[in-house]
Amino acid sequence: MGSFTLTHERPDCFYDRFERKSELQHQTHYCPGCGHGIVHKLLAEAIDGLGVQDRTILVSPVGCSVFGYYYFDVGNVQAAHGRAPAVATALKRSLPDKIVVAYQGDGDLGAIGTAEIVHAANRGEAITVIFVNNGIYGMTGGQMAPTTPLGKKTATTPFGRDALNEGYPLHICELLASLEAPVFLERVGLGNNKQIMGAAKVLRKAMENQVKGLGFSLVEVLSPCPTIWKMDPVEAQRFVREEMAAVFGIGNYRDRTATATPRPARPAPPKLEELPGILGLGNGDRDRLPCGETSAVDYRIRVAGFGGQGVLMLGEVLAEAGLDAGYHVSWLPSYGPEMRSGTSNCHVRLSSRPIDSPLVSQPNVLLALNEPSLHKFLPGVEPGGIVLYNGDAIPEGCGRGDVRMVALPFTRIADQIGVSKAANIVILGALLEATDLVENEQATAALHKLVKSPKWFDIDVQAMERGREEMRKTTMPVSDDYLWGV
Amino acid sequence: MNAQLTKGNEAIVKAAVLAGARGFYGYPITPASEIAEAAALYFPLAGGVFVQAESEVAAINMLYGGAAAGGRCMTASSGPGISLMQEGFSYLAGAELPCVIADIMRGGPGLGNIAPEQGDYNQIVKGGGHGNYRTLVLAPDSVQEMADLTTLAFDLAERYRNPAVVLADGFIGQMMEPVTFADPRPVAAPPEWAVTGTRESRHNLVSSIYLEPDKLEQHVRKLEAKYQEAERRETRVECWRTDDADVVLVGYGIVGRILKAVVEQARRHGMRVGLLRPITLYPFPVEEVRALSRRARAFAVVEMSTGQLRDDVRLALEGRRPVEFYSRVGGNAPSAEEVLAFVEAKFEALRESEVLVHG
Repeated sequence: MGSFTLTHERPDCFYDRFERKSELQHQTHYCPGCGHGIVHKLLAEAIDGLGVQDRTILVSPVGCSVFGYYYFDVGNVQAAHGRAPAVATALKRSLPDKIVVAYQGDGDLGAIGTAEIVHAANRGEAITVIFVNNGIYGMTGGQMAPTTPLGKKTATTPFGRDALNEGYPLHICELLASLEAPVFLERVGLGNNKQIMGAAKVLRKAMENQVKGLGFSLVEVLSPCPTIWKMDPVEAQRFVREEMAAVFGIGNYRDRTATATPRPARPAPPKLEELPGILGLGNGDRDRLPCGETSAVDYRIRVAGFGGQGVLMLGEVLAEAGLDAGYHVSWLPSYGPEMRSGTSNCHVRLSSRPIDSPLVSQPNVLLALNEPSLHKFLPGVEPGGIVLYNGDAIPEGCGRGDVRMVALPFTRIADQIGVSKAANIVILGALLEATDLVENEQATAALHKLVKSPKWFDIDVQAMERGREEMRKTTMPVSDDYLWGV
Repeated sequence: MNAQLTKGNEAIVKAAVLAGARGFYGYPITPASEIAEAAALYFPLAGGVFVQAESEVAAINMLYGGAAAGGRCMTASSGPGISLMQEGFSYLAGAELPCVIADIMRGGPGLGNIAPEQGDYNQIVKGGGHGNYRTLVLAPDSVQEMADLTTLAFDLAERYRNPAVVLADGFIGQMMEPVTFADPRPVAAPPEWAVTGTRESRHNLVSSIYLEPDKLEQHVRKLEAKYQEAERRETRVECWRTDDADVVLVGYGIVGRILKAVVEQARRHGMRVGLLRPITLYPFPVEEVRALSRRARAFAVVEMSTGQLRDDVRLALEGRRPVEFYSRVGGNAPSAEEVLAFVEAKFEALRESEVLVHG
């Protein structure tokens, strides 16, 4: 007779008493013959064996194992149905040197949480997932699971699972094995002691992978559910061994532990005082002079044109320059599909007083880069306002005697300096010439801030100057009477 | 730091990083995508985590995990994505996890459109998920407030161990205004209850399950008491020219800005009109509304939804004063001119019915 040791001790990382229920605190809440108790013990032994009890966080699911935290004396987080991989993802990313275990059943992982497990696996999250597959919904009382074998009668497949109606049992290991990122995928069974001994080794390996800092590991455990299957524990084990294993092949589906490299450690975080610089704050800004009480200015500007004409950028230059000039400013774009095709417009306000509404419904400056914009926004222009239109002449029927209207072929002027896309900045120059909106220097500084490429900056400075020149050539008197403050 | 011209959505991210947030879990959606984009840039540079989740469902549950680990973390979305997150809101509140969610509202229902609306009011302010919980809701009306209220949202979330929402519309998210950012704050040590994978935190549990009715009742009462405390302590409101107002306009977010222009114009036309702008939508400024009802003869709610805010104003007033209502939806914003015309008509009607004897 061989010598062997009988062990009746609990793993250290189990609690001494299970407080799940007020009575019978020496035993679990699981039914006699249920696989969860075995899997819990194998997991606990792996945690003990690796000496990681103090570093381990267990994410328990919705299902029979929702109360995992009554047994495991480790950090515990209970997750919403199916979401354990998402919860575990953030735990692991937040605490990269901790051991994060997601424990899930077949409904949790294979049905409602399919997206979460696939994507956590695909990102190669460096977590360990224990997937207990018993082919049935236990906690809710025996409904079909995604892993229920064909033909099996359940509470929701009273005629037996029919592939035409319910599809086929979902093979999670095989599914995840189609992904590049997982390091370790293996299916084990609890069909007899030999299988259980094998499962112990695999579970330990899946945990060890994480201790080594390797990527995603998952162990699928074919597990008995005698109560719902309406079998005695022995018969249930036979069912696992013979019928479940016939549908779900026991074995390894991915083992890259020999070649996988640990995830690199995150670089050290920056110092606190470096943060503003990282966020692009507070560097290189000039002190701004508050504008005086007397300079009551209220520019309400609407810029409009086709998408791609630089409408939003022109508005942004105005706002940036206005801020530099000491005004209160706001910039509000039309956004979304309009940015990608069709028309584009934005609302810009420069005011010597705090801005109430950033929406400009009655502009006193309209910059119309195309004809539809002129038609659309001209009626709203306030009497006495100014309109700059990108064209040779104001189109027929668009005349208004109570506003100053200037038509100049801005795009053609931009063409002359070789870049038709700079038409928006030619308009900017014209506007600056026609009004005392901001100083040239402030507009140039704004361009400098917004235009990263030196080449484009030079072109824009040139375009702005051409705009001023062309505006000077117009015969209209230049006066600020058209604009006033409130 | 000087004021920086900043887009609303980016202001949220920068303020979050400065407030010590180091986890962002999100899924893109217009008009909130710039938040995820800016977070993808700045969170890793600040030594934090950015994960683009596979869905809003996953994003909110990542937030649950990040918050359980005790760090300041956030997500952002808009209408349809927020709907998907509602289960997670409920779990976060049930498990008492502090975190921040930004909702940049767009047009609904269904796919609706991506233009600004305020139709998420009910699902955010009333708690769109299951069970007896609330979220703390802050409603910025400017890019400066996008930053300031994001910081406040993190502080309130922690103080009450509850999710806090920055509820803005597409306009506030997309527009640019000058912002002065707060000084950076260090990342705080995780709170005592957090699950951090240490010996000391080993007995900590983050969970929302209480199987026994007595235990769950106790838990729900505890949450209820927190919300009552928030109602006593955290209400924030801006009252604009309300001291002598006969008619008080009520609006939040971009509408609050438009209504300021309306107030100025109405006063030039001889109407004593003021603005009450709730900054906290939950807790709702009930006392502030009631206080104004002592002088004001009528209230007029203006919103970019079909009466969701109006219902709360009515509840606050309990019939003390009539509540007029004007709304635009579908991505349209009310212009100051059209609201002024509405106010004028209502003012005239009030004069005729002699509600305004001194008008």
